[in-house]
Amino acid sequence: MSVIEVVKKSALRRNVARALRKRTPGVDFLLRAAVDDLGDRLATVERVFERAVLLAPDTHHLAGMVQASGKAGSILQLAPAAVGLAPDIAAAVADEEALPLAPASIDLFATALSLQWTNDLPGAMVQIRQALRPDGLFLASLFGGSTLVELRDSLMQAETELRGGASPRVLSFADVRQLGALLQRAGFALPVADRDTLTVRYDSAFGLMADLRAMGAANVLTDRDTGYVGRDLFLRTAQIYAERYSDPDGRIRATFEIVSLSGWAPHESQQKPLRPGSAKVSLADVLGHDRPGKSQAFTGSRHDLPERTSPPQQAAGGPAIRPSGTEPRRSE
Amino acid sequence: MSDHTPDAAPSEASGPESAAPASFGRQNRQVDPKLLEILVCPLTKTTLEYDREAQELISRAAKLAFPIRDGIPILLEEEARPLAED
Repeated sequence: MSVIEVVKKSALRRNVARALRKRTPGVDFLLRAAVDDLGDRLATVERVFERAVLLAPDTHHLAGMVQASGKAGSILQLAPAAVGLAPDIAAAVADEEALPLAPASIDLFATALSLQWTNDLPGAMVQIRQALRPDGLFLASLFGGSTLVELRDSLMQAETELRGGASPRVLSFADVRQLGALLQRAGFALPVADRDTLTVRYDSAFGLMADLRAMGAANVLTDRDTGYVGRDLFLRTAQIYAERYSDPDGRIRATFEIVSLSGWAPHESQQKPLRPGSAKVSLADVLGHDRPGKSQAFTGSRHDLPERTSPPQQAAGGPAIRPSGTEPRRSE
Repeated sequence: MSDHTPDAAPSEASGPESAAPASFGRQNRQVDPKLLEILVCPLTKTTLEYDREAQELISRAAKLAFPIRDGIPILLEEEARPLAED
């Protein structure tokens, strides 16, 4: 494989397993938020999926949600460590990007906060699409680009000051537009990518870092400086964080962006764009008058995702981009 | 590198309220044969053979035997046993 290994998967699995054995109460709030989001989207689909596969660092909430929805005939759960698997449901331990799923064997693949830990996300998405039977549904939530921007910035500044250079300590996350385009490249029909931003407040950067460790999200980058990090670096990071990203009451802010993806394995019953040139009414007629430079046709090809000149919506919540311009499908 | 044994069972508080009919099971710590219609070798995507005695799933194509622990297949390359050439 020619994929550059950025995430050290064995370290990730070890961190996740260690964190789950401790099960610090309350640190699963992000996973719960991601699962709630998947649940909302699953609720809009009027269909029962015969075979569902679930993937998460810890599948307990996800399996509970899918079972309660009544939308899955049978469930197989996958997690990076056995300790993250719910009891009494079929399960296997698997790598997020070497999925042990037979081609065209499942009807629903739902994943919460797993796919950001991949070296080859396009490859993982292709594997998922190939595992789905025609008209099967892929639902994912994963961390997006602005996740932990404040920590990333503070660590880099502190390390530059104290060590004369910065090494990567926070994984880079793909942004919602890249992810929407990836869905199309992986061959999903009716692709939708949305995002939601959560701001979490802590007393200090130490509280945030303790939470990240308790989530199993300690540093997994292969390329990091593996030596002792040093207390001075953490202290300076916390100082910079407090200077740059605190509220008037002194508490600090941490951003988590959760990107939601959905797409369908192609099937002839699905809505498709009309063939170019097949329109019988001119767009200018519909618009009533010519507005030069205003009416730009969007062809829907993956090369032609609209370039936004203005920044994406800053408001928390709400859809940020729907690359295909389609709504999630309602029913068969 | 499991430096601890699991000290607590996974919390059951968060478990499902309603048990939907699931046709896959983990009864008797055996792998449900129906599961093997879905589970394949993660490396080659080819069929896995279930060795009930050894509690292993064998990929002839990858020449690897994946362990099954407490009824859970561990489908990780790093945990697999290489098969002797024959």
